[in-house]
Amino acid sequence: MTALPDKTDKKLGLVIDLDTCVGCQGCVTACKGWNTQNYGAPLSDTDPYGADPGGTFLNRVFSYEAQAEGRPAQTVHIPRSCLHCDDAPCVTVCPTGASYKRSEDGIVLVNEDRCIGCGLCAWACPYGARELDHEAGIMKKCTLCVDRIYNENLPEEDRVPACVRTCPTGARHFGDLGDPDSDVSKLVADRGGYDLMPDLGTKPVNKYLPPRPKDTLNTQPLKAVADKPQGFLGWLDKALEKL
Amino acid sequence: MHPAPSVIIFTILSGLGFGLFFWLGLGMPDVSGGTAFAFFFIAYTLSCVGLIASTFHLPNKKNAIYAFSQWRTSWLSREGIVAVVTLFTFALIAIPRIFLGAEMVFTGVLGSFFAFVTVITTGMIYTQMKTIPRWRQPMTPVMYMLHALGGGALLAGESKIAGWLLLALSLVLLVMWRVGDQHAAARGTTADATGLAHLGEVRMLESGHTARNYVVDEMVYRIGRKHAAKLRVIALALAGVLPAAILLLTPPGHVTAFLALALHLPGIVIGRWLFFAEAEHVVGLYHGK
Repeated sequence: MTALPDKTDKKLGLVIDLDTCVGCQGCVTACKGWNTQNYGAPLSDTDPYGADPGGTFLNRVFSYEAQAEGRPAQTVHIPRSCLHCDDAPCVTVCPTGASYKRSEDGIVLVNEDRCIGCGLCAWACPYGARELDHEAGIMKKCTLCVDRIYNENLPEEDRVPACVRTCPTGARHFGDLGDPDSDVSKLVADRGGYDLMPDLGTKPVNKYLPPRPKDTLNTQPLKAVADKPQGFLGWLDKALEKL
Repeated sequence: MHPAPSVIIFTILSGLGFGLFFWLGLGMPDVSGGTAFAFFFIAYTLSCVGLIASTFHLPNKKNAIYAFSQWRTSWLSREGIVAVVTLFTFALIAIPRIFLGAEMVFTGVLGSFFAFVTVITTGMIYTQMKTIPRWRQPMTPVMYMLHALGGGALLAGESKIAGWLLLALSLVLLVMWRVGDQHAAARGTTADATGLAHLGEVRMLESGHTARNYVVDEMVYRIGRKHAAKLRVIALALAGVLPAAILLLTPPGHVTAFLALALHLPGIVIGRWLFFAEAEHVVGLYHGK
Protein backbone atom coordinates (compact mmCIF):
# COMPACT_ATOMS: atom_id res chain seq x y z
CA MET A 1 0.00 0.00 0.00
CA THR A 2 1.15 3.50 -0.69
CA ALA A 3 0.01 4.73 2.69
CA LEU A 4 3.10 5.51 4.74
CA PRO A 5 3.64 3.54 7.95
CA ASP A 6 2.83 5.57 11.10
CA LYS A 7 6.18 4.66 12.52
CA THR A 8 9.09 2.49 11.46
CA ASP A 9 10.95 0.22 13.88
CA LYS A 10 14.28 1.39 12.52
CA LYS A 11 15.31 4.29 10.34
CA LEU A 12 18.12 2.91 8.26
CA GLY A 13 19.91 5.53 6.27
CA LEU A 14 23.14 7.21 5.30
CA VAL A 15 25.13 10.00 6.85
CA ILE A 16 27.33 11.75 4.28
CA ASP A 17 30.24 13.86 5.41
CA LEU A 18 30.63 16.81 3.03
CA ASP A 19 33.87 17.75 4.76
CA THR A 20 35.50 14.46 3.83
CA CYS A 21 33.97 13.72 0.43
CA VAL A 22 36.47 14.40 -2.34
CA GLY A 23 34.05 13.83 -5.22
CA CYS A 24 35.90 10.80 -6.58
CA GLN A 25 32.65 9.22 -7.91
CA GLY A 26 33.66 5.87 -6.38
CA CYS A 27 30.25 5.51 -4.71
CA VAL A 28 28.52 6.21 -8.04
CA THR A 29 30.46 3.42 -9.73
CA ALA A 30 30.06 0.93 -6.88
CA CYS A 31 26.32 1.62 -6.76
CA LYS A 32 25.89 1.17 -10.49
CA GLY A 33 27.92 -2.04 -10.40
CA TRP A 34 26.09 -3.68 -7.52
CA ASN A 35 22.62 -2.63 -8.59
CA THR A 36 23.15 -3.74 -12.17
CA GLN A 37 24.13 -7.26 -11.16
CA ASN A 38 21.80 -7.91 -8.25
CA TYR A 39 18.25 -7.12 -7.05
CA GLY A 40 15.76 -5.94 -9.68
CA ALA A 41 16.06 -4.81 -13.27
CA PRO A 42 19.65 -3.83 -14.17
CA LEU A 43 20.59 -0.16 -14.46
CA SER A 44 20.80 0.14 -18.22
CA ASP A 45 22.88 2.41 -20.41
CA THR A 46 21.49 3.74 -23.65
CA ASP A 47 23.80 4.29 -26.60
CA PRO A 48 26.84 3.87 -24.31
CA TYR A 49 29.49 4.10 -27.01
CA GLY A 50 27.56 6.34 -29.39
CA ALA A 51 27.14 10.05 -29.83
CA ASP A 52 24.36 10.49 -27.29
CA PRO A 53 25.07 8.24 -24.32
CA GLY A 54 22.75 8.09 -21.31
CA GLY A 55 22.13 5.78 -18.41
CA THR A 56 20.38 5.11 -15.14
CA PHE A 57 22.13 5.86 -11.87
CA LEU A 58 20.83 5.72 -8.31
CA ASN A 59 23.48 7.99 -6.89
CA ARG A 60 25.17 10.98 -8.45
CA VAL A 61 27.79 13.33 -7.05
CA PHE A 62 27.48 17.03 -7.82
CA SER A 63 30.22 19.54 -7.08
CA TYR A 64 29.55 23.07 -5.95
CA GLU A 65 31.69 26.10 -5.36
CA ALA A 66 30.89 28.25 -2.34
CA GLN A 67 32.47 31.62 -1.77
CA ALA A 68 31.85 34.18 0.94
CA GLU A 69 32.74 37.86 0.53
CA GLY A 70 36.52 38.37 0.80
CA ARG A 71 37.25 34.68 1.34
CA PRO A 72 38.76 32.07 -0.95
CA ALA A 73 36.28 29.81 -2.75
CA GLN A 74 35.78 26.27 -1.50
CA THR A 75 34.58 23.19 -3.31
CA VAL A 76 31.90 21.00 -1.77
CA HIS A 77 30.93 17.65 -3.30
CA ILE A 78 27.38 16.54 -2.61
CA PRO A 79 26.43 12.95 -3.39
CA ARG A 80 22.68 12.67 -3.89
CA SER A 81 20.62 9.48 -3.72
CA CYS A 82 17.30 8.54 -2.13
CA LEU A 83 17.06 10.01 1.37
CA HIS A 84 14.48 7.39 2.49
CA CYS A 85 12.22 10.16 3.78
CA ASP A 86 9.91 9.56 6.72
CA ASP A 87 7.21 11.48 4.90
CA ALA A 88 8.08 10.25 1.43
CA PRO A 89 5.96 12.09 -1.18
CA CYS A 90 7.04 9.62 -3.86
CA VAL A 91 5.23 6.81 -2.04
CA THR A 92 1.83 8.42 -1.58
CA VAL A 93 1.49 9.61 -5.19
CA CYS A 94 2.05 6.13 -6.63
CA PRO A 95 -1.19 4.92 -8.24
CA THR A 96 -0.32 1.22 -8.28
CA GLY A 97 1.17 0.60 -4.86
CA ALA A 98 4.56 -0.16 -6.43
CA SER A 99 6.26 2.42 -4.22
CA TYR A 100 6.29 1.62 -0.54
CA LYS A 101 8.11 2.35 2.68
CA ARG A 102 8.96 -0.63 4.85
CA SER A 103 7.65 -0.45 8.40
CA GLU A 104 10.50 -2.59 9.75
CA ASP A 105 13.47 -0.48 8.66
CA GLY A 106 12.06 2.54 6.81
CA ILE A 107 13.64 1.69 3.45
CA VAL A 108 11.69 3.10 0.48
CA LEU A 109 11.47 0.53 -2.31
CA VAL A 110 9.78 -0.05 -5.68
CA ASN A 111 7.95 -3.29 -6.34
CA GLU A 112 8.97 -3.75 -9.96
CA ASP A 113 6.12 -6.17 -10.66
CA ARG A 114 3.61 -3.38 -10.05
CA CYS A 115 5.35 -0.29 -11.49
CA ILE A 116 3.78 1.13 -14.66
CA GLY A 117 6.56 3.67 -15.17
CA CYS A 118 4.24 6.68 -15.04
CA GLY A 119 6.99 8.78 -13.47
CA LEU A 120 4.77 10.60 -11.00
CA CYS A 121 6.98 9.53 -8.06
CA ALA A 122 10.00 11.13 -9.76
CA TRP A 123 8.01 14.36 -10.07
CA ALA A 124 7.12 14.21 -6.39
CA CYS A 125 10.74 13.75 -5.26
CA PRO A 126 12.53 17.07 -4.62
CA TYR A 127 15.95 15.43 -4.75
CA GLY A 128 15.97 13.89 -8.24
CA ALA A 129 16.58 10.54 -6.57
CA ARG A 130 14.43 8.44 -8.88
CA GLU A 131 15.27 7.65 -12.48
CA LEU A 132 13.12 5.74 -14.93
CA ASP A 133 15.14 3.01 -16.58
CA HIS A 134 14.59 3.38 -20.29
CA GLU A 135 15.26 -0.29 -21.07
CA ALA A 136 13.09 -1.84 -18.36
CA GLY A 137 10.51 0.96 -18.20
CA ILE A 138 10.63 0.71 -14.43
CA MET A 139 11.35 3.39 -11.86
CA LYS A 140 14.69 2.76 -10.20
CA LYS A 141 15.90 4.13 -6.91
CA CYS A 142 18.37 3.48 -4.11
CA THR A 143 17.41 0.33 -2.19
CA LEU A 144 19.98 1.04 0.51
CA CYS A 145 21.41 -2.22 -0.89
CA VAL A 146 18.67 -4.18 0.82
CA ASP A 147 20.21 -7.28 -0.79
CA ARG A 148 23.56 -6.65 0.93
CA ILE A 149 22.73 -5.36 4.39
CA TYR A 150 20.78 -8.47 5.46
CA ASN A 151 22.74 -10.92 3.28
CA GLU A 152 24.29 -13.59 5.46
CA ASN A 153 26.19 -15.02 2.50
CA LEU A 154 28.42 -11.96 2.57
CA PRO A 155 31.22 -11.41 5.09
CA GLU A 156 29.99 -9.16 7.89
CA GLU A 157 32.04 -6.13 6.82
CA ASP A 158 30.33 -6.23 3.44
CA ARG A 159 26.83 -6.00 4.91
CA VAL A 160 26.60 -2.27 4.26
CA PRO A 161 25.47 -0.46 1.10
CA ALA A 162 27.97 -0.72 -1.78
CA CYS A 163 28.57 3.06 -1.76
CA VAL A 164 29.53 2.99 1.93
CA ARG A 165 31.75 -0.05 1.52
CA THR A 166 33.65 1.49 -1.37
CA CYS A 167 34.10 5.08 -0.16
CA PRO A 168 37.89 5.55 0.04
CA THR A 169 37.72 8.55 2.38
CA GLY A 170 35.16 7.17 4.79
CA ALA A 171 32.76 9.97 3.99
CA ARG A 172 29.72 7.70 3.95
CA HIS A 173 28.24 6.12 7.06
CA PHE A 174 25.36 3.66 7.34
CA GLY A 175 23.21 2.92 10.37
CA ASP A 176 19.95 3.32 12.28
CA LEU A 177 19.13 7.00 12.55
CA GLY A 178 16.04 6.17 14.61
CA ASP A 179 18.24 5.00 17.51
CA PRO A 180 19.72 8.04 19.30
CA ASP A 181 22.60 5.90 20.63
CA SER A 182 23.74 4.57 17.25
CA ASP A 183 27.10 5.71 15.87
CA VAL A 184 25.45 7.54 12.99
CA SER A 185 23.04 9.40 15.31
CA LYS A 186 25.94 10.47 17.52
CA LEU A 187 27.84 11.65 14.47
CA VAL A 188 24.87 13.71 13.34
CA ALA A 189 24.51 15.22 16.82
CA ASP A 190 28.26 16.03 17.09
CA ARG A 191 28.65 17.55 13.66
CA GLY A 192 25.31 19.30 13.24
CA GLY A 193 24.03 17.01 10.47
CA TYR A 194 21.30 18.61 8.38
CA ASP A 195 18.41 17.74 6.06
CA LEU A 196 18.24 18.71 2.39
CA MET A 197 15.32 21.04 1.65
CA PRO A 198 13.66 20.66 5.07
CA ASP A 199 10.85 23.13 4.23
CA LEU A 200 9.30 20.64 1.82
CA GLY A 201 8.33 18.53 4.83
CA THR A 202 9.73 15.25 3.52
CA LYS A 203 11.62 14.53 6.78
CA PRO A 204 14.60 12.82 5.14
CA VAL A 205 16.33 10.07 7.10
CA ASN A 206 19.69 10.57 5.39
CA LYS A 207 21.71 13.42 6.88
CA TYR A 208 24.53 15.55 5.53
CA LEU A 209 27.41 16.72 7.73
CA PRO A 210 28.39 20.28 6.80
CA PRO A 211 31.98 21.10 5.82
CA ARG A 212 33.99 22.02 8.94
CA PRO A 213 34.67 25.75 9.27
CA LYS A 214 38.00 26.73 7.75
CA ASP A 215 40.41 28.95 9.66
CA THR A 216 41.68 32.23 8.23
CA LEU A 217 45.33 32.99 7.59
CA ASN A 218 46.81 35.99 9.39
CA THR A 219 49.85 36.11 7.16
CA GLN A 220 49.82 37.31 3.57
CA PRO A 221 52.14 34.94 1.72
CA LEU A 222 51.87 36.66 -1.64
CA LYS A 223 52.53 40.19 -0.40
CA ALA A 224 55.72 41.87 -1.75
CA VAL A 225 58.54 41.76 0.87
CA ALA A 226 59.72 45.29 0.12
CA ASP A 227 58.16 48.22 -1.69
CA LYS A 228 61.49 49.64 -2.90
CA PRO A 229 64.35 47.42 -4.10
CA GLN A 230 67.60 47.93 -2.17
CA GLY A 231 71.26 46.87 -2.50
CA PHE A 232 72.28 45.21 -5.76
CA LEU A 233 68.69 45.00 -7.01
CA GLY A 234 68.24 48.68 -6.17
CA TRP A 235 71.32 49.58 -8.22
CA LEU A 236 70.12 47.35 -11.08
CA ASP A 237 66.69 48.96 -10.97
CA LYS A 238 68.17 52.44 -11.16
CA ALA A 239 70.64 51.46 -13.88
CA LEU A 240 67.91 49.95 -16.04
CA GLU A 241 65.68 52.99 -15.51
CA LYS A 242 68.46 55.22 -16.87
CA LEU A 243 68.92 53.23 -20.07
CA MET B 1 8.69 20.05 -16.77
CA HIS B 2 8.79 18.00 -19.94
CA PRO B 3 5.51 18.54 -21.84
CA ALA B 4 4.74 14.94 -22.85
CA PRO B 5 2.36 15.00 -25.87
CA SER B 6 0.41 12.05 -24.47
CA VAL B 7 -0.35 13.95 -21.26
CA ILE B 8 -1.33 17.11 -23.14
CA ILE B 9 -3.67 15.15 -25.42
CA PHE B 10 -5.08 13.26 -22.46
CA THR B 11 -5.83 16.28 -20.27
CA ILE B 12 -7.40 18.20 -23.15
CA LEU B 13 -9.52 15.45 -24.71
CA SER B 14 -10.74 13.85 -21.53
CA GLY B 15 -11.31 17.30 -20.03
CA LEU B 16 -13.60 18.13 -22.95
CA GLY B 17 -15.22 14.69 -22.86
CA PHE B 18 -15.99 14.75 -19.14
CA GLY B 19 -17.03 18.40 -19.45
CA LEU B 20 -19.56 17.42 -22.12
CA PHE B 21 -20.74 14.52 -19.93
CA PHE B 22 -21.29 17.03 -17.10
CA TRP B 23 -23.80 19.02 -19.15
CA LEU B 24 -25.42 15.95 -20.73
CA GLY B 25 -26.05 14.56 -17.26
CA LEU B 26 -27.89 17.74 -16.35
CA GLY B 27 -30.04 17.39 -19.47
CA MET B 28 -28.34 20.19 -21.37
CA PRO B 29 -29.14 19.93 -24.20
CA ASP B 30 -32.36 18.01 -23.53
CA VAL B 31 -32.14 15.53 -26.37
CA SER B 32 -33.15 11.92 -27.06
CA GLY B 33 -32.92 9.39 -29.86
CA GLY B 34 -30.35 9.93 -32.61
CA THR B 35 -29.34 13.40 -31.43
CA ALA B 36 -28.65 12.06 -27.95
CA PHE B 37 -26.63 9.26 -29.51
CA ALA B 38 -24.49 11.81 -31.37
CA PHE B 39 -23.79 13.80 -28.21
CA PHE B 40 -22.97 10.75 -26.10
CA PHE B 41 -20.84 9.36 -28.91
CA ILE B 42 -18.75 12.55 -28.95
CA ALA B 43 -18.41 12.56 -25.16
CA TYR B 44 -17.38 8.89 -25.04
CA THR B 45 -14.93 9.30 -27.94
CA LEU B 46 -13.21 12.32 -26.40
CA SER B 47 -12.96 10.87 -22.89
CA CYS B 48 -11.92 7.38 -23.99
CA VAL B 49 -9.38 8.54 -26.58
CA GLY B 50 -7.97 10.86 -23.91
CA LEU B 51 -7.74 8.09 -21.32
CA ILE B 52 -6.10 5.74 -23.83
CA ALA B 53 -3.66 8.50 -24.85
CA SER B 54 -2.65 8.87 -21.21
CA THR B 55 -1.35 5.31 -21.27
CA PHE B 56 0.84 5.90 -24.35
CA HIS B 57 3.79 7.11 -22.30
CA LEU B 58 3.55 4.20 -19.85
CA PRO B 59 6.36 1.77 -20.54
CA ASN B 60 4.77 -0.98 -18.41
CA LYS B 61 1.14 -1.09 -19.48
CA LYS B 62 0.81 -4.68 -18.29
CA ASN B 63 0.64 -3.48 -14.69
CA ALA B 64 -1.99 -0.82 -15.47
CA ILE B 65 -4.77 -2.66 -13.63
CA TYR B 66 -3.02 -1.94 -10.32
CA ALA B 67 -3.50 1.79 -10.95
CA PHE B 68 -7.04 1.44 -9.58
CA SER B 69 -5.82 0.20 -6.20
CA GLN B 70 -4.35 3.17 -4.33
CA TRP B 71 -7.30 5.55 -3.97
CA ARG B 72 -6.49 6.14 -0.30
CA THR B 73 -3.41 8.24 -1.06
CA SER B 74 -2.94 8.71 -4.80
CA TRP B 75 -4.80 11.33 -6.85
CA LEU B 76 -3.81 9.51 -10.04
CA SER B 77 -5.44 6.33 -8.77
CA ARG B 78 -8.54 8.28 -7.70
CA GLU B 79 -8.77 9.86 -11.13
CA GLY B 80 -8.65 6.47 -12.83
CA ILE B 81 -11.39 5.05 -10.60
CA VAL B 82 -13.73 8.05 -10.85
CA ALA B 83 -13.21 8.21 -14.63
CA VAL B 84 -14.27 4.58 -15.03
CA VAL B 85 -17.23 5.04 -12.64
CA THR B 86 -18.32 8.08 -14.67
CA LEU B 87 -18.12 6.19 -17.96
CA PHE B 88 -20.26 3.33 -16.54
CA THR B 89 -22.77 5.70 -14.97
CA PHE B 90 -23.27 7.46 -18.27
CA ALA B 91 -23.97 4.14 -19.98
CA LEU B 92 -26.95 3.90 -17.60
CA ILE B 93 -28.01 7.41 -18.66
CA ALA B 94 -27.24 7.24 -22.38
CA ILE B 95 -28.98 3.96 -23.21
CA PRO B 96 -32.41 4.88 -21.73
CA ARG B 97 -32.19 8.40 -23.19
CA ILE B 98 -31.32 7.23 -26.67
CA PHE B 99 -33.65 4.22 -26.93
CA LEU B 100 -36.48 4.95 -24.50
CA GLY B 101 -36.50 8.74 -24.41
CA ALA B 102 -36.33 8.52 -20.61
CA GLU B 103 -35.06 11.62 -18.78
CA MET B 104 -32.92 9.85 -16.13
CA VAL B 105 -32.85 12.93 -13.89
CA PHE B 106 -31.38 11.41 -10.72
CA THR B 107 -28.78 9.23 -12.46
CA GLY B 108 -27.98 12.20 -14.68
CA VAL B 109 -27.16 14.46 -11.74
CA LEU B 110 -25.12 11.66 -10.17
CA GLY B 111 -23.21 11.18 -13.45
CA SER B 112 -22.56 14.92 -13.70
CA PHE B 113 -21.22 14.88 -10.16
CA PHE B 114 -18.83 12.03 -11.05
CA ALA B 115 -17.73 13.86 -14.23
CA PHE B 116 -17.04 16.98 -12.15
CA VAL B 117 -15.01 14.98 -9.61
CA THR B 118 -13.00 13.35 -12.43
CA VAL B 119 -11.93 16.74 -13.74
CA ILE B 120 -11.00 17.95 -10.24
CA THR B 121 -8.91 14.82 -9.60
CA THR B 122 -7.00 15.50 -12.84
CA GLY B 123 -6.16 18.98 -11.56
CA MET B 124 -5.19 17.62 -8.15
CA ILE B 125 -2.54 15.33 -9.67
CA TYR B 126 -0.62 18.50 -10.50
CA THR B 127 -1.72 20.65 -7.58
CA GLN B 128 -0.42 18.13 -5.02
CA MET B 129 3.21 18.51 -6.15
CA LYS B 130 5.10 20.44 -3.49
CA THR B 131 8.15 20.09 -5.72
CA ILE B 132 6.58 22.22 -8.47
CA PRO B 133 5.65 25.46 -6.66
CA ARG B 134 4.03 26.98 -9.75
CA TRP B 135 1.33 24.30 -9.75
CA ARG B 136 0.75 24.22 -6.03
CA GLN B 137 -2.10 26.73 -5.77
CA PRO B 138 -5.91 26.62 -5.61
CA MET B 139 -6.24 28.00 -9.14
CA THR B 140 -4.74 24.87 -10.74
CA PRO B 141 -7.77 22.58 -10.20
CA VAL B 142 -10.11 25.53 -10.85
CA MET B 143 -8.37 26.06 -14.19
CA TYR B 144 -8.77 22.37 -15.10
CA MET B 145 -12.43 22.48 -14.04
CA LEU B 146 -13.25 25.62 -16.05
CA HIS B 147 -11.44 24.27 -19.10
CA ALA B 148 -13.55 21.11 -18.95
CA LEU B 149 -16.91 22.69 -18.14
CA GLY B 150 -16.38 25.65 -20.49
CA GLY B 151 -15.24 23.50 -23.40
CA GLY B 152 -17.96 20.96 -22.55
CA ALA B 153 -20.66 23.64 -22.61
CA LEU B 154 -19.35 24.79 -25.98
CA LEU B 155 -19.65 21.23 -27.33
CA ALA B 156 -23.09 20.89 -25.75
CA GLY B 157 -24.26 23.97 -27.64
CA GLU B 158 -24.88 25.97 -24.45
CA SER B 159 -23.36 29.15 -25.91
CA LYS B 160 -24.13 31.63 -23.15
CA ILE B 161 -23.02 29.33 -20.33
CA ALA B 162 -19.87 28.52 -22.28
CA GLY B 163 -19.22 32.23 -22.81
CA TRP B 164 -19.42 33.03 -19.09
CA LEU B 165 -17.30 30.01 -18.15
CA LEU B 166 -14.60 30.90 -20.68
CA LEU B 167 -14.62 34.47 -19.38
CA ALA B 168 -14.12 33.06 -15.87
CA LEU B 169 -11.36 30.84 -17.27
CA SER B 170 -9.57 33.92 -18.64
CA LEU B 171 -9.58 35.54 -15.19
CA VAL B 172 -8.46 32.32 -13.51
CA LEU B 173 -5.58 31.96 -15.98
CA LEU B 174 -4.40 35.48 -15.14
CA VAL B 175 -4.55 34.80 -11.39
CA MET B 176 -2.90 31.39 -11.83
CA TRP B 177 0.02 32.87 -13.78
CA ARG B 178 0.47 35.69 -11.28
CA VAL B 179 0.43 33.42 -8.23
CA GLY B 180 2.55 30.87 -10.10
CA ASP B 181 5.22 33.47 -10.88
CA GLN B 182 5.36 34.45 -7.20
CA HIS B 183 5.64 30.81 -6.13
CA ALA B 184 8.32 30.09 -8.72
CA ALA B 185 10.34 33.13 -7.66
CA ALA B 186 10.17 31.99 -4.03
CA ARG B 187 11.41 28.46 -4.68
CA GLY B 188 14.90 29.32 -3.40
CA THR B 189 18.43 29.10 -4.70
CA THR B 190 21.15 26.52 -5.18
CA ALA B 191 22.53 27.66 -1.80
CA ASP B 192 19.20 26.86 -0.10
CA ALA B 193 18.83 23.50 -1.84
CA THR B 194 22.33 22.34 -0.94
CA GLY B 195 22.16 23.75 2.59
CA LEU B 196 25.44 25.59 1.99
CA ALA B 197 24.11 29.16 2.25
CA HIS B 198 26.27 29.76 5.35
CA LEU B 199 29.37 29.35 3.16
CA GLY B 200 28.45 32.24 0.89
CA GLU B 201 27.44 32.31 -2.76
CA VAL B 202 26.96 28.81 -4.13
CA ARG B 203 27.16 27.79 -7.77
CA MET B 204 27.35 24.43 -9.47
CA LEU B 205 30.88 23.58 -10.48
CA GLU B 206 30.33 20.17 -12.02
CA SER B 207 27.13 18.21 -12.52
CA GLY B 208 26.90 14.56 -11.61
CA HIS B 209 26.59 13.54 -15.25
CA THR B 210 28.26 14.40 -18.51
CA ALA B 211 25.38 13.12 -20.63
CA ARG B 212 21.64 13.72 -20.58
CA ASN B 213 19.62 11.76 -18.08
CA TYR B 214 16.03 11.13 -17.04
CA VAL B 215 15.88 13.73 -14.29
CA VAL B 216 17.23 16.49 -16.52
CA ASP B 217 15.07 15.51 -19.52
CA GLU B 218 11.93 15.27 -17.43
CA MET B 219 12.29 17.97 -14.80
CA VAL B 220 14.84 20.53 -15.87
CA TYR B 221 13.04 21.29 -19.15
CA ARG B 222 13.46 24.99 -19.81
CA ILE B 223 12.49 25.68 -23.41
CA GLY B 224 9.01 26.85 -22.42
CA ARG B 225 10.34 29.61 -20.20
CA LYS B 226 11.83 31.57 -23.08
CA HIS B 227 8.62 32.61 -24.84
CA ALA B 228 6.32 32.18 -21.86
CA ALA B 229 5.04 35.77 -21.87
CA LYS B 230 4.05 35.71 -25.56
CA LEU B 231 2.52 32.25 -25.35
CA ARG B 232 0.44 33.33 -22.36
CA VAL B 233 -1.09 36.18 -24.33
CA ILE B 234 -1.84 33.86 -27.25
CA ALA B 235 -3.34 31.17 -24.99
CA LEU B 236 -5.41 33.70 -23.07
CA ALA B 237 -6.80 35.28 -26.24
CA LEU B 238 -7.52 32.04 -28.10
CA ALA B 239 -8.74 29.84 -25.24
CA GLY B 240 -10.60 32.42 -23.20
CA VAL B 241 -11.13 36.03 -24.21
CA LEU B 242 -11.97 35.73 -27.95
CA PRO B 243 -14.36 32.76 -27.74
CA ALA B 244 -16.00 34.31 -24.67
CA ALA B 245 -16.51 37.58 -26.55
CA ILE B 246 -17.95 35.79 -29.58
CA LEU B 247 -20.30 33.65 -27.49
CA LEU B 248 -21.53 36.46 -25.25
CA LEU B 249 -21.80 39.27 -27.80
CA THR B 250 -23.34 37.47 -30.77
CA PRO B 251 -26.66 35.63 -30.98
CA PRO B 252 -26.25 31.87 -30.45
CA GLY B 253 -25.85 29.86 -33.62
CA HIS B 254 -23.86 27.05 -35.17
CA VAL B 255 -21.46 29.35 -37.00
CA THR B 256 -20.48 31.40 -33.94
CA ALA B 257 -20.21 28.27 -31.79
CA PHE B 258 -17.98 26.63 -34.38
CA LEU B 259 -15.81 29.74 -34.64
CA ALA B 260 -15.49 29.89 -30.85
CA LEU B 261 -14.50 26.21 -30.76
CA ALA B 262 -12.00 26.69 -33.59
CA LEU B 263 -10.29 29.40 -31.53
CA HIS B 264 -10.64 27.63 -28.19
CA LEU B 265 -8.99 24.34 -29.22
CA PRO B 266 -5.59 25.70 -30.35
CA GLY B 267 -5.74 28.01 -27.34
CA ILE B 268 -5.99 25.14 -24.87
CA VAL B 269 -3.27 23.19 -26.66
CA ILE B 270 -0.88 26.14 -26.30
CA GLY B 271 -2.00 26.83 -22.73
CA ARG B 272 -1.63 23.20 -21.69
CA TRP B 273 1.78 22.88 -23.35
CA LEU B 274 2.89 25.99 -21.48
CA PHE B 275 1.41 24.70 -18.20
CA PHE B 276 3.98 21.89 -18.30
CA ALA B 277 6.82 23.53 -20.20
CA GLU B 278 7.16 26.60 -17.99
CA ALA B 279 6.79 24.78 -14.66
CA GLU B 280 9.97 24.71 -12.59
CA HIS B 281 10.82 21.66 -10.49
CA VAL B 282 12.88 22.33 -7.36
CA VAL B 283 15.41 19.66 -8.38
CA GLY B 284 16.58 22.20 -10.98
CA LEU B 285 18.17 24.12 -8.09
CA TYR B 286 20.73 21.32 -7.70
CA HIS B 287 21.56 21.84 -11.37
CA GLY B 288 21.86 25.59 -10.92
CA LYS B 289 18.76 26.11 -13.10
